[in-house]
Amino acid sequence: MIRITQLQVQVDHKIIINRLDLNVEAGSTHAVMGPNGSGKSTLAYALIGHPAYTVTAGSILLGGENIVNLSPDKRAQKGLFLSFQQPPSIPGIDVLTFLKEAHNACTRIAMEVEQFRLLAEECTHRINSKTDLLYRKLNDGFSGGEKKQLEMIQLLLLRPKVVILDEIDSGLDIDALKHVAAGIAYAKQENPDLAVVIITHYQHILRSIVPDVVHIMCDGAIVESGNAQLAYDLEQKGYDAYRS
Amino acid sequence: MPTVHKQSRQPIFKTGKGLNRSIVIQISEQKNEPGWMTDFRLRALEIFEQKPMPSWGADLSDLDPNDIHYYLKPITQQQTSWDAVPQDIKDTFDKLGIAKAEQKFLAGVGAQYESEVVYQQLKKKWVDQGVLFLDTGTALQQYPVLFKNYFATVIPPHDNKFAALNSAVWSGGSFVYVPSGVHIDMPLQAYFRINSASMGQFERTLIIAEPGSSVHYVEGCSAPVYRAHSLHSAVVELIALPESNIRYTTIQNWAPNVYNLVTKRAVAHRSATVEWIDGNFGSKITMKYPCIILKEEHAKGQIISIAVAKQHQNQDAGGKIIHLAPNTTSNIVSKSISKQGGITSYRGLIKIIKGAVGAKARVQCDALLLDAASSTNTYPTIDVREKDADVGHEASVSSIDEEQLLYLCSRGLSVQRARAMLVNGFIDAFVKELPMEYAVEINRLIAMEMEGSVG
Repeated sequence: MIRITQLQVQVDHKIIINRLDLNVEAGSTHAVMGPNGSGKSTLAYALIGHPAYTVTAGSILLGGENIVNLSPDKRAQKGLFLSFQQPPSIPGIDVLTFLKEAHNACTRIAMEVEQFRLLAEECTHRINSKTDLLYRKLNDGFSGGEKKQLEMIQLLLLRPKVVILDEIDSGLDIDALKHVAAGIAYAKQENPDLAVVIITHYQHILRSIVPDVVHIMCDGAIVESGNAQLAYDLEQKGYDAYRS
Repeated sequence: MPTVHKQSRQPIFKTGKGLNRSIVIQISEQKNEPGWMTDFRLRALEIFEQKPMPSWGADLSDLDPNDIHYYLKPITQQQTSWDAVPQDIKDTFDKLGIAKAEQKFLAGVGAQYESEVVYQQLKKKWVDQGVLFLDTGTALQQYPVLFKNYFATVIPPHDNKFAALNSAVWSGGSFVYVPSGVHIDMPLQAYFRINSASMGQFERTLIIAEPGSSVHYVEGCSAPVYRAHSLHSAVVELIALPESNIRYTTIQNWAPNVYNLVTKRAVAHRSATVEWIDGNFGSKITMKYPCIILKEEHAKGQIISIAVAKQHQNQDAGGKIIHLAPNTTSNIVSKSISKQGGITSYRGLIKIIKGAVGAKARVQCDALLLDAASSTNTYPTIDVREKDADVGHEASVSSIDEEQLLYLCSRGLSVQRARAMLVNGFIDAFVKELPMEYAVEINRLIAMEMEGSVG
C-alpha cells in the first residue's frame, strides 16, 4: 500500500534520513521503532509532505503512485493520514466545521450539516469518547489524551488507505491508549486493507496494537526488521545493540 | 461590494467643489432648517477652518478638502417602498442584498445614497411601540425638541477637525429613539452608499435608548472604485440611559479610494451597556476610534473590532473607554490583519479617573501579518488615576503558524482554504458577535480576501 524506496530526506541541508526502505502491504501493521534522534518523526513529516523536510532522493509510492512531489493536501486526498505527535491548538476553529471540510476534501462526499454531525458523533462513540470534543475549538484546551482521541475520530471519518501514528503513545496513560487502540481496531474492521505504520520509541503501545512487522530505525535508516518478538528483544537489549 | 457599475444619474441638487460659508448656507436652505441649525453649521465651519489637519496618525496629505462635493441630493423625496425608489438606485441596493435582508431578519432599514436617505422603513410592530427610526434631517423637522435635547451633546463640533467638518455639512444618517422598556429584538440596518466620484458623505447618526430599552443597529457601507478620492466623515452619537443596551455594528467595506474619518462616541448611564462591533475591510485610510464614556455606576462598555489592510490601505483604528464612575467595566478586543504591504494600527485609550473605584478594564489586541511587506503598530494609552481599579492589557503580533497550516493541509484542505480558515479563526472573537447572516458574509469576505495571497 505504501512503498518507500531509498528515501533521502534533508532538513536545513542536513541529511536526516538516508537510503530508507519500507514496504507496508495493504492490511498489515508495521512498527518503526527507534531512539530519539533516529529520524522517526522526520520520516512521518516527510511522508505527509512538511515543506521544511525535503526529499532529495528516492520515492514514496502510495497505491503505486509516487507522491513525493505532491502537496500535503493532495497526499491526504489520496489516502495518507498522519496522526500528529503534537496536534496544534487552533482556538478560532470549530472542531465540527473543520471535520466537515476535511471529510469533504478527503472522501468527496458532500453532506448536510446535521447528517455529518451524526456521523461524527458515531465515530466518537466508536472510540468510546465523549461527543463534547466535537463542540469545542480545534484542540484548544485539549489534554494530550483528548488530542489523540480527536486524531482517531478524524481517522475514522477520513477513511485513509494508510495511517501513520507518530509517537501516539507519548504522554498517554493506559486509559487514553484504549481510545487509540479502539480507533485503529475499528478503522481496520471498516477497511481490512488499511495499512498501519506505528512510529514509536517504546514497545508499550504494541501490546494494544500488535504489529505484523517491527523495524528498528537508527541514524536515518532501517537497520533490522522482524516480527513482533523483535520489539520485546529490543526492550531487553536496548537500542545500542542495533547501532552500527 | 465596490464592484457595482458606475451610474450616470443626474442629481437633483449638487454643490460645487470645495467648502465655504455659502455652500454651508445652501445645504441648510436645501433642508429648510431652523436658524439655530444654520448657525450651528456656520460655527462648526469656522472651527473646521481653524483646526489643523491631524498629523499624529495616518498620512492625510493627499486629501484635498477643496476637491470634494459636500452635498449631493440624488432624488426629490425619500421613499418608504422600494418600488418607489428609482430603478438604478434600487438595483444598487438590491445587489447589496438589502431588501432581501430586510424581509428576512431586520426590524427596519434605512438606505442612504450620496447625501440623502432615499429609503427608510420601520416594521409596524416597532412603530406601534413608539420607536423612531428616521433619517436625521427628518427627525430635526418632526421632533425638534427631542432632537435639540441630544444633538451634538456627546460629540461637539470642536472635538476634532472632522467632527467640525461633519457638523458644518452633515446630511442624512439615522435618528433612532427607543422608548423606555422597549426591546427591539431584530437589528435596525442602515446602508450607506457613495456612488459618485469626488463625493463627500457626512451622515450624522444619533441613537437614544431610554431606560431599560435595547437596540442593535447595524451599518454597512460601500462605494465603487474611482480614481478620484472620496471622503466619508460621519459622526455617531449614542446615548444609553440607565439600564439600557445599545449595540452598534459596523461593516465598513469602502472602495480603496475612500478616506474614512469617523468620530463615534457613546455615553453609558447607570447600569447601561454599550457595545461597538466594528469591522473595517475597505477604504484607503480609516481613522476611527469608537469611544464609550462610562458615566455612571455599573455602566459597561465593550469594543470589538477587526481591521484588514491590503495594498495601499491604512487602517488606523482602535477604541477608547473612559471610566468616570465606580464599578464600571470595559473590554476591548482588537484584531487586525495586514497583507500586501497594508498598514494596520491599534490606537487605544483606557482612562480611569480618581474615584472610579472597582473599575475594571481589559484590552487585548492581536495583529496578524500575512507577509513581510506589511506592518502593524500599537499605540495603547492607559491612564489610571484610581488605586482601586483593575486594568489588564495584552498584545500580540503573529504570522500564519506553519504548523497549524500543515495540520489543516494534512487533512486534505488546500493551502488557500487552510489560510482562510486560520484567518477566520483569528477573527472568530469578532465574527461570533455578529448576527448569523453577517457572520456568513464576513467569512465569505475573508475567503475572497485570501484569494491570491498564497505563499
